[in-house]
Amino acid sequence: MTADVSTIADDRMVEAGFLKKVLTRPEFGSIIGAVAVFAFFSIVTENFFSVNAISAYLNPAATLGIMSVAVALLMIGGEFDLSAGALIGGLGITMAILTTSADLPVWLAMLLSLVLAISVGLFNGIMVIKTKLPSFIVTLGTFFILQGAGLGFVRLITGQTTIYLSEELATSNVAKLIFASTPIGGIRIPVVFWIAITALATFLLLRSRYGNWIFSVGGNAASARAVGVPVNRVKIALFINVSVSAWLVAMFNTFRFESAQIGTGVGSEFEFIIAAVIGGCLLTGGYGSAIGASIGALIFEMVRQGLAFARWEADWFKLFLGVMLLLAALLNQWVRSRARRAMS
Amino acid sequence: MTYLIEADSVSKRFGNVVALKDVSAQVQAGEVTCILGDNGAGKSTLIKILCGLYQPDGGTYSVDGKPVQFSSPRDALEAGIATVYQDLAMVPLMAVWRNFFLGSELEKGVPPFRRIDVAKAKRTVVDELGKMGIFIRDPEQEVGTLSGGERQSVAIARAVYFGARVLILDEPTAALGVKQAGVVLRYVLEAKKRGLGVILITHNPHHAYPVGDHFVILRRGEVYGDYRKEDLPLEQLVQMMAGGADLELLHHELEEAAQTTGDEDLAQAASDFANEAADATGHGHDDAT
Repeated sequence: MTADVSTIADDRMVEAGFLKKVLTRPEFGSIIGAVAVFAFFSIVTENFFSVNAISAYLNPAATLGIMSVAVALLMIGGEFDLSAGALIGGLGITMAILTTSADLPVWLAMLLSLVLAISVGLFNGIMVIKTKLPSFIVTLGTFFILQGAGLGFVRLITGQTTIYLSEELATSNVAKLIFASTPIGGIRIPVVFWIAITALATFLLLRSRYGNWIFSVGGNAASARAVGVPVNRVKIALFINVSVSAWLVAMFNTFRFESAQIGTGVGSEFEFIIAAVIGGCLLTGGYGSAIGASIGALIFEMVRQGLAFARWEADWFKLFLGVMLLLAALLNQWVRSRARRAMS
Repeated sequence: MTYLIEADSVSKRFGNVVALKDVSAQVQAGEVTCILGDNGAGKSTLIKILCGLYQPDGGTYSVDGKPVQFSSPRDALEAGIATVYQDLAMVPLMAVWRNFFLGSELEKGVPPFRRIDVAKAKRTVVDELGKMGIFIRDPEQEVGTLSGGERQSVAIARAVYFGARVLILDEPTAALGVKQAGVVLRYVLEAKKRGLGVILITHNPHHAYPVGDHFVILRRGEVYGDYRKEDLPLEQLVQMMAGGADLELLHHELEEAAQTTGDEDLAQAASDFANEAADATGHGHDDAT
């Protein structure tokens, strides 16, 4: 009898076409955008696909992408983090000060900076859960706290806003060799991490139970809770993930530039969100893609470098950014509503 | 006789407000008990006690004849009591198969390669829904693209699959059209046929009557009537639900207001209302059959 029922069910079940499946993927728009941007700059500039040019946009896209993927996961989970940018500067300078002014071993300094990162993520998460305030407001508060406290303490301790690493750290230390290595040609180590993180996040989202939980807490937290998803823990973990990603990026930056500056990353919090939106994330949560966020970051840096290659004023970048954001948000909405109508 | 679940003279107060007073209701395996009542009659308080969200202040709540103290809906769920809420049943942006297994994902492999068994999950969803007589086009379809009735049905099938013995359905037909409501009621009967006890909460006697075996009518937090189907003709149930006397009073008030103000619209409304009330209490059950 069971066999009977399942054959009936199979007959009635029509596989959605491949094309429709591709069209309804959240990252679809960003792939088209990336191809268009690449084609455009390949035409208007020379050598946009030379090794030099590729590393010129892949390297910055990597650090932006690592953050965007983390922010995309958080946005799918239904929350924002505006403090992520300022945190990068704060974590880098914490590490730098601990090795210089406090004279701690570099691994310990990195560990303490990581502890700070986790604490900030934990703070954001718990504040959002406990106060039920929108995360936009809570993390805007954290943003100013981090920026203000960072500047204040760094000036108080060192009297400066830029801290240079010691000679030894800047040249021969193992940490420096790892976090500032260039494994392939001009391609730096963050690119390797970026690709690995994107793959891991995609697996997590689409094939692990945690991915299911992330989509559900952003899509409908009450339903998720009713079927036993630990909504609060998922959200807090997503905030911590963003902070830990900020730590990773801070380490890359600090070792690469052999110094840390307190203002680093301020203003980039919106770039992370824009890259995630270009990659298909809905601002309302419950929908998005990790690969999309990475492609969003790639589009970002291709345009930034493309403008430089074409010797155009960098002023146009912001204009492009705004237009791109609006187009992406509109496209997301349009593709989704079309896909829905086609199916029902 | 032992009931699957039984609330015996349960009471619940919130400060000075008595939400429930000495209310008894029960359900047997393979039966549908309908809890009817207007807004504020105490239906939602009763469900919240049955599903483990509230603890009663007085009276006893028993499962399989043994008194229980649930401290959360999780406890009730473990005892086989599943509640399908009208509004928070599903995550609209997620695929049907993801929703079905949300919180109890089917996994395979060993950590760190532990992952969702997608093929098996999809197959199970199609099979399980098929057994309930629900055919979906594609388990990858987002729940938001399903109709309201289909969504309720998927939620019911999910509860049945995860071993529910008692289904508590909170106003499953409230937001649905006649045809969609019919679809949901068919699954209620299907669940009953499979030996589940169903508690159906509704304010619509026409939806309750065709599927119910047992009717408990609540009013102002108390039991106003408690009947088996054979002792209760539909007309009487409708009459009790519409509150004939209350309607009469409201009609008079409308008329009086129309006369004193000379408002023609109001007079029209009063006469429309009288007609509708007559329909509701008399012969308004065509859509139920």
